Amino acid sequence: MAQSLDRLRESPSQTAGPYVHIGLTPNFCGIGDVYPNDLGAAMVNDKTRGERIGLRIRVLDGTGTPLKDALVEIWQADANGLYNSPAELRGTADPNFIGWGRCPTDMDTGLCTFDTIKPGRVPFSDGRLMAPHITLWIVARGINLGLHTRLYFSDEEEANGQDPILARIEHRVRVPTLIAERKGDIYVFDVHLQGEKETVFFDS
Amino acid sequence: MPAESGSNRRPETGAFFQRDRTWHPPALTPNYKTSVLRSPQKALLAFDNTMSEIAGPVFGHAMLGELDADLIHNFARPGESAIGERIIVHGRVLDERGVGVPGALLEFWQANAGGRYRHKKDSYLAPLDPNFGGCGRAITGEDGGYAFRTVKPGPYPWPNGPNDWRPSHIHFSVFGHGFAQRLITQMYFEGDPLIWRCPIARGIPDKAAIETLIAALDMQATIPFDARAYKFDIVLRGRRSSLFENRLEGN
Repeated sequence: MAQSLDRLRESPSQTAGPYVHIGLTPNFCGIGDVYPNDLGAAMVNDKTRGERIGLRIRVLDGTGTPLKDALVEIWQADANGLYNSPAELRGTADPNFIGWGRCPTDMDTGLCTFDTIKPGRVPFSDGRLMAPHITLWIVARGINLGLHTRLYFSDEEEANGQDPILARIEHRVRVPTLIAERKGDIYVFDVHLQGEKETVFFDS
Repeated sequence: MPAESGSNRRPETGAFFQRDRTWHPPALTPNYKTSVLRSPQKALLAFDNTMSEIAGPVFGHAMLGELDADLIHNFARPGESAIGERIIVHGRVLDERGVGVPGALLEFWQANAGGRYRHKKDSYLAPLDPNFGGCGRAITGEDGGYAFRTVKPGPYPWPNGPNDWRPSHIHFSVFGHGFAQRLITQMYFEGDPLIWRCPIARGIPDKAAIETLIAALDMQATIPFDARAYKFDIVLRGRRSSLFENRLEGN
């Protein structure tokens, strides 16, 4: 026997279940008066720097049916590619942009929308720049461990072509599953949990 | 961004330990039927954390309301309180190195004492309690500690098998310091025989892992003639020290 490493193990995940709204967006599901507003509902204010964009995200199951009980969180850098986080040592992020948002999928349409800004480029660990991207984290009934992926932008073809994470996707036909389509000021992004168009999910 | 005022702790910027996915429930757990069409089937794309995973949002204590950690009163009419077994849930948020995680935002939600959620999709026969909403939140202190007051949630039947019942449980959502630590889990109660019949809990392959989600009755933290206590620690991914990384920070 060798010495014990005395490490703990991460608490195992459990599904967020069908009533995730009660805990994370209570105002959305009619539980008013407990919190003044739902956390992560508003990402930008008048002073936030950067190009205003909208995201329209759906999460589809293995039959192509949109989930109406999912919850999506996004996490992104500011317009200069800086994260509003203590771990960000490269500079000070825009104080008017937290960079984190949360939105439940609509109970009728399955749509989830964010009003945010286009993020700047963030360096990869070797200093190369990653393409502008937004981290997504998806939970729902039937999802046992939150799903992690990224949204990249269709009008950033050149940056996407140099992105070190996109470059690691072995089956190139799957790269478009991470690229949101620009329609005016809106980017449309479908997350496919299963099937031929299954989104590339991450283990990072 | 500077760390929360009053703290001169140097921010940690190392990548997080690889997640042990055999310890978590797999995406596909056929006995939990909803997972069948919602489970990714292709291999995940693995890569070491980048800044996008290492960084994470900060939530300050200033956002908390006075009753956020008191589910007995935070939805109740003035002078009234929720019905049920009064309990305190307390514990620490740690990371895999055993270090307390300060400033972690915990959000919790649960059914009422009869096993009914305040949600339009819940049609269980048990009545709503007009004084119980079912949500609360807390931010951990310097040692990673947290506590809140609530009523013990009831078990309830759910449409999975013809006669499946969820054990009493409280849902927890946890933010650590990096977005890669983001976690949602459920707390169960010591001695509940329904845990071992539950397809959701049993989706976790290792019995020892399930046991880490079972809160222990903690008589020492009980408030006599008021509320019993349950202790529930949560462990988030640990992170590597950046001291021996071959590149300096911030370049």
